[in-house]
Amino acid sequence: MESRTITRADLAEAVYESVGLSRNESSDLVEAVLDQVSEALIEGDNVKISSFGSFTIREKGERIGRNPKTGVEVPISPRKVLVFRASHVLKERINKGK
Amino acid sequence: MTRSELIQRLAEMNPHLYLRDVEKIVETVFDEISAALARGDRVELRGFGAFSVKHREARSGRNPRTGETVSVEAKRLPFFKTGKALREKLNGD
Repeated sequence: MESRTITRADLAEAVYESVGLSRNESSDLVEAVLDQVSEALIEGDNVKISSFGSFTIREKGERIGRNPKTGVEVPISPRKVLVFRASHVLKERINKGK
Repeated sequence: MTRSELIQRLAEMNPHLYLRDVEKIVETVFDEISAALARGDRVELRGFGAFSVKHREARSGRNPRTGETVSVEAKRLPFFKTGKALREKLNGD
């Protein structure tokens, strides 16, 4: 089967079909879910969705990088990166359809 | 923040909705993403991030303690790449 890309519109359609709100409101609520997850992460909180996975923030210290084109060394500033770890339930679900 | 805390926040923001509907919305969102990944589809949520599935071929591994050779089955692993907008917001840009 051809693989496709799922977007917000597909999630909104699923909410519309399963909850029975208007299409507009379904779409707003999908956005609200993503916004709340993002906001918690921005505040430095980890987000753990049972049977799906967890989003954690990892702080990376300063390190020396290199411009691959010019070979010049440049410092890479300390930054926060977001790491997603899938739950066992999700990993199993993905492998069952193999 | 946990799933139930997320539901609680959304319920507070949407007092006109029944709690069971808010629960259903959160469940549907994560279930649709999971179902897409199980089908081998990609999920792209601009500004937030993209979920994809990567294939790992079967290989022979080694038990580091005993040195014994074991075969590792082929598997599919979920991956997440943070979206540009969220990555920038995390770093206060």
